[in-house]
Amino acid sequence: MEILNTALVDWSRAQFALTAMFHWLFVPLTLGTSFIIAIMETIYVKTGKDIWKRITKFWMTLFAINFAIGVATGIILEFEFGTNWSNYSWFVGDIFGAPLAVEGIMAFFMEATFFAVMFFGWNKVSKKFHLISTWMVAIGSNLSALWILVANAWMQNPVGMQFNPVTARNEMVNFWEVLFSPTAINKFLHTVTSSYVLSAIFVLGVSAWFLLKKRNIALAKRSMVVSSTFGLVMIIVTIFNGDESAREVYRTQPMKFASLEGLYYGAKAAPLITFGIFDTHRPTMENQEPKVFTNKFEVPKLLSLMATLNPNSYIPGINDYIKGNEHYGIVSYFDRIKMGKKAIGALKEYQQERGKNDSIANTALTTFHKNYKYFGYGYFNDPYNLIPNVPLVFYSFHTMVGLGFWFLILFIFGLTYALKDKIQTKRWFLYAALWTIPLAWLASEAGWIVNEMGRQPWVIQDLMPTTTAISNINTTSVMITFFLFAVTFTILLIAEIRIMLNQIKQLKDGGN
Amino acid sequence: MTNLLRRVFSFYIDGFRNMTVGKRLWIIIFIKLFIMFAIFKVFFFHDFLKTRFHNDHQRSEYVLEQLTKTPNHKN
Repeated sequence: MEILNTALVDWSRAQFALTAMFHWLFVPLTLGTSFIIAIMETIYVKTGKDIWKRITKFWMTLFAINFAIGVATGIILEFEFGTNWSNYSWFVGDIFGAPLAVEGIMAFFMEATFFAVMFFGWNKVSKKFHLISTWMVAIGSNLSALWILVANAWMQNPVGMQFNPVTARNEMVNFWEVLFSPTAINKFLHTVTSSYVLSAIFVLGVSAWFLLKKRNIALAKRSMVVSSTFGLVMIIVTIFNGDESAREVYRTQPMKFASLEGLYYGAKAAPLITFGIFDTHRPTMENQEPKVFTNKFEVPKLLSLMATLNPNSYIPGINDYIKGNEHYGIVSYFDRIKMGKKAIGALKEYQQERGKNDSIANTALTTFHKNYKYFGYGYFNDPYNLIPNVPLVFYSFHTMVGLGFWFLILFIFGLTYALKDKIQTKRWFLYAALWTIPLAWLASEAGWIVNEMGRQPWVIQDLMPTTTAISNINTTSVMITFFLFAVTFTILLIAEIRIMLNQIKQLKDGGN
Repeated sequence: MTNLLRRVFSFYIDGFRNMTVGKRLWIIIFIKLFIMFAIFKVFFFHDFLKTRFHNDHQRSEYVLEQLTKTPNHKN
């Protein structure tokens, strides 16, 4: 791979991160609010009480604002694939094409039909048909997310494909293996359930604001019962599937797992660090065993238990992966780099000899396939460059987990107070619920930082590093579009917040 | 069949006519789509491989060349 401008790689990564994180401001609210609305409308159809129709319509309006502002922000990511990440786009072949095509068709039909009935169909179609449409919008939105997350999961754990050395593309050989890989299942479940939690916090927080202002009491109290119940169930599910996701990361991306716990050196009965501050002056790993944390609080044996369900098991650290650990069957990054270089060399030789000398070409192809598992490592010379930004991953992970447990406490209080009809008098809780709204987004974005920064330097785990995935384009053009996106998305975000706040403030007191 | 199509058509037309906040949202959607497709896509986001090569064979050759160049960057 030729020397690419480091600035180009960094700006392209920054641009992708910017657009993905802006896109993700809108998506989780759509995923979760759609179900909350469907639940509210179900109660309306079951009870026949008009207050529930009013509640459903109010949250539906906020849902529509978020949907309208957020729709198509994800398309920018597809533009970037073709322009900035052309080697990557070509290399992934049809693996991305199939899920994204299904997503596109599904999203179009769901949105064009059921979405319209949901918004335009009040008093024009039967109550039951309207309710079915609302549920279909919720299911359809979440199925759309499934295909995107399957594609992302494949990048974390590439399965069900075979690399074609003639076309330089990965070809899907087993669609079901791609769709039902444990990584894809865990990723989908953890992402959507955490999005439901975010939406429940949004509904809870806005309702808390109404109670603080002593407006729309009936609407707010009922909304709080629904959001607290939904949120409590979903945060419990999120904690459990997050635990399973961690085990999956340990199996398929062990360097990411070690990074999210700041585990530089492996240990038996490894403790889980619940709180820690990195020593900024720590020496480099090549020299000596560093002091990793200046302050920390740890729970003995919990990391071993979490990763392997055995509290006394050995959990390898970053050093074990770099230097290898024969006892635990870990191939060192030094050896992986050698095998990766063999794979790259063999692919080159295959290209040169194909059609000229079949014997040499076939031998090269055999060598290539034998070492393809570590193909991406061949682009590196120094194994220490294969370590992600450990402090960033560690802090993001602990922020996400810590906030997750705060949300659990919030929902328990919310549901208890709401059921006892004391919620209006608990002002500390109302303020806490209101100020937790931005924290929900912080936790969600932190989760994506763990996911994407934790797997660096890979764009496709073990096969393609970020530096190889990039197109050789002009850095200035990437910089210009970075700032254009920053301005455009900021305007969109301000528009969303302003329109939403207006809708919330303008809601007139209604019936009981 | 014609009657059904007419009803579906009027369903959408009535829906759009009776929108309140929705009208502002549609304006935002159209402006946003215009910026994305008529400005970003047209001026800044050309498909790197599609615009530089005529067919998939050439694209494969190029990517293979990129993938098999001797790694000599500072990694």
